[in-house]
Amino acid sequence: MKGEKCNTLAALATAMSSGEVETVDLTHTLDSDFPVIVLPPEFGQCAPFRAEVVSRYDERGPGWYWQNISMCEHTGTHFDAPIHWISGKDLPNASVDAIPATAFVRPVCVIDCSKECAENEDFLLTPEFIQAWEKQHGQIPAGDWVLLRSDWSRRSSAAYLNMREDGAHSPGPSADAVKFLVEERDILGFGTETVGTDAGQAAHFSPPYPAHHLFHGAGKYGLQCLRNLDQLPPTGAILVCPPLKIKNGSGSPLRVLALVERASK
Amino acid sequence: MTELLQRPPKKDPQKRTVLPTTPPSARSRKAIAFSTAAAEGRLALQTCAECDHVIYPARELCPKCWSMDLQWQDIPDGGELIAETTLRTSVNTYFRERMPWRIGTVRLDAGPMVLAHIHGDVGEYERVRMIARTDKSGQGVLMALPEKETANMADDKQLRTLTCDPKHRRVLVTDGRTQLGQCTVNALAKAGASKIFVGIAREWRPYDGSAELAAVSGVELMPLDITDTISVNELAAEIGGKTDILINTAEHVRPGSAMQRHGILTARDEMETNYFGLMRLIQAFGPGMRGRGADGDNSACAWVNLLSVYALSNWSVFGTTTASQAAAYSLSQCLRGEFAGSGVKVVNVLFGPLEDSWRQPLPPPKVTPKRLADAIVHALRQGIENVTLGPVAEDIVRRFRDDPFVLERELMQAPGGQAV
Repeated sequence: MKGEKCNTLAALATAMSSGEVETVDLTHTLDSDFPVIVLPPEFGQCAPFRAEVVSRYDERGPGWYWQNISMCEHTGTHFDAPIHWISGKDLPNASVDAIPATAFVRPVCVIDCSKECAENEDFLLTPEFIQAWEKQHGQIPAGDWVLLRSDWSRRSSAAYLNMREDGAHSPGPSADAVKFLVEERDILGFGTETVGTDAGQAAHFSPPYPAHHLFHGAGKYGLQCLRNLDQLPPTGAILVCPPLKIKNGSGSPLRVLALVERASK
Repeated sequence: MTELLQRPPKKDPQKRTVLPTTPPSARSRKAIAFSTAAAEGRLALQTCAECDHVIYPARELCPKCWSMDLQWQDIPDGGELIAETTLRTSVNTYFRERMPWRIGTVRLDAGPMVLAHIHGDVGEYERVRMIARTDKSGQGVLMALPEKETANMADDKQLRTLTCDPKHRRVLVTDGRTQLGQCTVNALAKAGASKIFVGIAREWRPYDGSAELAAVSGVELMPLDITDTISVNELAAEIGGKTDILINTAEHVRPGSAMQRHGILTARDEMETNYFGLMRLIQAFGPGMRGRGADGDNSACAWVNLLSVYALSNWSVFGTTTASQAAAYSLSQCLRGEFAGSGVKVVNVLFGPLEDSWRQPLPPPKVTPKRLADAIVHALRQGIENVTLGPVAEDIVRRFRDDPFVLERELMQAPGGQAV
């Protein structure tokens, strides 16, 4: 057996260079003006992205350019580890540095709710909606990522956070949908285009913030502030999403990619 | 009456910007106290504690009784013009560029005869009202104004070199999201500012008063977050060359002392806005303003810092916020040094507790945002550099002057939640 290799990767490499397998970037640019989640002012706040130039071919460093950057673990397109929420605080391997690397390259199902979200900014993904999707595309396999496509990433500035006097208004999963994905489908994690995995009004759900509470309580992961989900097929793509290896990190900004197989040319 | 100042024409792009020059700035160490009072808009002269003789110019001892016990005291501002002339030539570059220039001799009601700049509406041998202000060199000078207000009086060419009148000037208000920022914008519009650039941070968050703000005449809303170097630099690249007055209304205030805080993030946020924010603004806007201190009728003329009076001495109820304001106050002094000779004044307003949500549980007396806004515009029109606003601030400044170490001890003993 020595010296023998499976040729799957070689085939993948060929498919990638021929364009048969495309790499889609699902990441927003880290920009100081990109919205971050807003909590009541007496709570600690999520720091926005900031960059300070260390040198730029000048007296601070004549031949090189580099920046010091700062942000929250939950700024921009980012990954949520189970330890992010109190319900997941005692789980094993629940921080970004301890999560097995296999979780970062996995198949992904994309549930398209863009039409519903365009009509209703408080749209909630329900178990019935998921089951109707499954009728068309097959049952969500255990261990897959599930992404909610809302096309919310096309919104910018105030319309993205959509904050009003009674809080933010943006789509997300209902508590029942989260329970269904955890208990009936045992998914790996759940991702959205909005600023959080939960709906804008999720503070008023039971339990509050069900996506955070129930997914993380069950050791599931989260991805948010994704984009370009319209370029993904409902099933069959591979998600690549390794967060930074921060010691005891509750999450991390990251580059999220998807490998998508196109119809051969 | 004074000829009405017209809105300055657009700048000729082929002409070099006139560089700032300064009137004579040398003063004796004794005379600096005159400039210090002038910076507050006060007319103070030395008074002999033994014979009550009022002394001008500043001296080491009383010329009448030789006492060395001379006290600086505010004196009545009345006087009479007894001789005047109009200079048409000078060896001093500053005055050469501004000829003709009226000067004269005034007999003060308090006694001394003084040399002063003379407002154009003052007639020969008339009664005058004297003001002391800092000039473009930063030193205190005297000017004789008509006893009663005349038409367009503030537009007098000589007076306008001592003031920072917003009329026909372009102003940047760094934070328009707050009531303070919005009141400041309204006061500037009323004062005749030709353009009011208003910084709005995090446009993706709605804020109260946004519609009314956008409707104010002359207002242009600009993205500006002073905690973000890129944002500050981008705005300066756009409007840095036409910002005549900068008013930094941004502040980050949170109650709490060092041990009441869990971690340093709140303190860092305070520093990011109150100290580093000021620093970013200085680096981005300072050089342009410093170079435009003599750029015609709408030259750059003032930089306004709004500081809690507790910047002078820490009050632990807002302990870490006031620490950041102390840093900002120190930096404002650095800015004064850097602006020296540029003709741009640094106006520091020290105010007592403001009527806003973060200081809501504090007892009165508090300063309303409108009152602070009006005080800013008043200081600009009067050319005053140091303003103390509100009973609490006045009390703290008085005690700071008496003995800063006693004040420190008193503030240590101040009960929590109660302004002293």
